[in-house]
Amino acid sequence: MKFLCIECDRQMAFEERQLPGDGTLAVAFTCPSCGRKIGLLTNPFETQLVSSLGVVIGGRTVPEQPLEMVRGTVATGKEDAFAEGKGDTATGRGVSWSPEARERLARVPGFVRGMVKRIYAEYARDRGIDVITPGVMDTARAELGLEGM
Amino acid sequence: MSHLYGVPLNIRTYHDLTDADVSGLPEQIGAQRRRVAGRLARVDRVIAVMSGKGGVGKSFVTAHLARALGRGGRPAGVLDADLNGPTVARLLGARGGPLTLDGDAVLPAVGADGVKVVSMDQLLEDGRPLAFRGPQNESFVWRGAMEAAALREFLSDVAWGPLELLLVDLPPGLARFAELADLLPTPPAVLTVTIPTPESRDAVRRALRAAVERGATPLGIVENMVGGPFPGDAGDALAAEFGVPVLARVPFHPPAEVWAELATRL
Repeated sequence: MKFLCIECDRQMAFEERQLPGDGTLAVAFTCPSCGRKIGLLTNPFETQLVSSLGVVIGGRTVPEQPLEMVRGTVATGKEDAFAEGKGDTATGRGVSWSPEARERLARVPGFVRGMVKRIYAEYARDRGIDVITPGVMDTARAELGLEGM
Repeated sequence: MSHLYGVPLNIRTYHDLTDADVSGLPEQIGAQRRRVAGRLARVDRVIAVMSGKGGVGKSFVTAHLARALGRGGRPAGVLDADLNGPTVARLLGARGGPLTLDGDAVLPAVGADGVKVVSMDQLLEDGRPLAFRGPQNESFVWRGAMEAAALREFLSDVAWGPLELLLVDLPPGLARFAELADLLPTPPAVLTVTIPTPESRDAVRRALRAAVERGATPLGIVENMVGGPFPGDAGDALAAEFGVPVLARVPFHPPAEVWAELATRL
């Protein structure tokens, strides 16, 4: 899917992606020539089809997690389906969690919690953030499009 | 040049637009395919166990064949591609316990006779069906795509390690084989399971024909449940039609030698 600014005959460039939390997707594109902006809005099942491709519009900003789509979308997964191995414990090295952030993380369903923890930890580490707080989680969620996490 | 009602539109079309795209969607898809290929680089052969017909014992054959391979010192794994009716983890005694995350991968469970196995059965709550989050009233539109994506992740994200054979236990029908063939670097070889009846023969021949047309190499036929209440010659008929051997005739209560013999023929 590409967008063309007909007046300028220029391919429009990705600018921003948002997941409002209602199953829809909003993506903004800008014409690099005239600056005109357009929005791509998908309904929930169109969003689901994009999700099934395992791609991220706007590109990936954190590495793909193992079984990312399964863990992020299966609604009937069991709480203790996954255990962290020794390769996982290093992911959060150098990053600590505030008590409020830990409490919030504990409310994430167990099936997906480990993946969510890794994503936030990698986000924080990449940006030199030492302590993950609910505010950091909110910012990361908005930037990374982590609906429901 | 685009057209609207036959009138040329003076705008460029999709393939005319070649600017670098920050989303890089084709590159992301390409990376997924490379990830599958990389993950399976240490797997000597991928064999799809298929039938096209339900209830013929695909999972039973898959599990016992894998165990025979393991007993014979040939490292084997089983990927349960029956996402909605997964049973092979139980047959291999590998349902309990979590799957271990290890860096960018998931480690398979190890079942009877050292067989490695990954199945949706290990991930779902007991007694609950596979359900995805999303707009349920339109799930017919996207559910198939989500299941194909789950199969892709099972192929790309499970660190099988070195295997001589990875057996993929397919559900009844044709769709999952097509998805598997699309995802793998090359179409898998196919081990076909049938029971003796003409009804099974007819269903299985359609599935096998579809697999061959997708480039699969048919290895042979396993005729299951022979000598019981199901009369017919489906095994011989399919073998003759597709020019492949009947690799095993498995009675209702097969002795271990049946599986050992089948293992030697693969």
